[in-house]
Amino acid sequence: MFAIVLAAESAHGAEKAAFPPFDPWHFPSQLFWLAVFFGFLYFALSRFILPKIGNTLERRESSIAGDLDEAARLNEEAVEAQKAVEVSIAKAHAKARETADKARTKIDKNIAAETAKVDAEVDAKLAEAETRIEAFRTDAMKSVESIATDTTEAILGKFSTKAGKADISSAVKSALGEG
Amino acid sequence: MNLFFHKVADPMHQFEVQKWFELPPVFGYDISFTNAAGFMLLGVVLCIAFFGYAASRGKIVPNRLQSMGEIGYGFVADMIRGTAGEEGLRFFPFVFTLFFFILFANMIGMVPYAFTTTSHVIVTGALAMLVIGIVIVFGLWKNGLKFFKLFAPSGAPWYIYILLIPIEIISFVARPLTLALRLFANMLAGHIMLKLFAGFAVTGITAGGIGLAVAPLAFGMGVALNALEFLVAGLQAYVFAILTCVYLNDALHPAH
Repeated sequence: MFAIVLAAESAHGAEKAAFPPFDPWHFPSQLFWLAVFFGFLYFALSRFILPKIGNTLERRESSIAGDLDEAARLNEEAVEAQKAVEVSIAKAHAKARETADKARTKIDKNIAAETAKVDAEVDAKLAEAETRIEAFRTDAMKSVESIATDTTEAILGKFSTKAGKADISSAVKSALGEG
Repeated sequence: MNLFFHKVADPMHQFEVQKWFELPPVFGYDISFTNAAGFMLLGVVLCIAFFGYAASRGKIVPNRLQSMGEIGYGFVADMIRGTAGEEGLRFFPFVFTLFFFILFANMIGMVPYAFTTTSHVIVTGALAMLVIGIVIVFGLWKNGLKFFKLFAPSGAPWYIYILLIPIEIISFVARPLTLALRLFANMLAGHIMLKLFAGFAVTGITAGGIGLAVAPLAFGMGVALNALEFLVAGLQAYVFAILTCVYLNDALHPAH
């Protein structure tokens, strides 16, 4: 195998003298085209391509930064809004309590007034009723006296006992007064 | 075995420069369009197409290809910032061009039958001289004679300078050489190795006998080397670019 490789080498060596990278015939051509293509690449990259990529990266960075700022601003706004809501809720609570208190005192007053009025009416009616009862009672007692006198006269009449009207009435009176 | 096979199995054949279009000499120099120039052009066209697409799309929300182009942009920018600082960004287009020119050339070289432009020392040497030329011209223009402080770092006793200055000068002169040779030698050696192992595999099978046992080993080696060479292709482009940044940093801040 190595014999074959060596044979190939020697056969080749006879055809070509120089080691290709050190063969000077192509040096001018290599340098010329290197200058042309490297220069062209440098020109294209530095003039057109790299500024554009840099611009894109910058835009991305600023857009991300802007978005973050916007998010922070909105977040702050949300916190403010939350605070405002809390404050208004607290205010509403206070107002409701106040209103309720006011209503309660008013109602209590009304109740007290009504109660006083009704009490007075009831007292007046009671007093009137008592006067009327007293009158009825006095009338009734008067009737009882006269009925008792009449009844006593009648009973004594049945027993054929004569008694003066004045005696009977005083006896009845004393009996009733005892009773 | 025919002549074609001899030619293909020869590991040096892949580095031969062939004329595609003969052009009339300019000032006595032959500037014919060769396969080397052709693959160089292919790399440049692919590079422009790739980054041109990423640039022209330019959406706030990128797709994959645009994102890749932008990652390349950020990668080179970070590389410069890391080695030469914010001031180094004035060389951003140059370093970017250099890095992707070499990267595309190296990667195209990994395609079978393609020509590797960076496997020629004249090309890598020219790029290295360009880098060092920019370092010297920009360093002198920006710093004047202070640029030569590069060779005499401050803070050493005077007798040390007798030794230090020649060493610094030698190391500075060695820069373009090492820059050129590192890339050239890596690409050349890698492609020779690939070709050799692939050649062993084919020759082993056609030779028969013990060759049948050697061929799979050689083929396996070739596969492993292929993976390694992809790494080398990327790494060498990176090394070239980052050393360029380091040297440019010297031009920006010579009195380090």
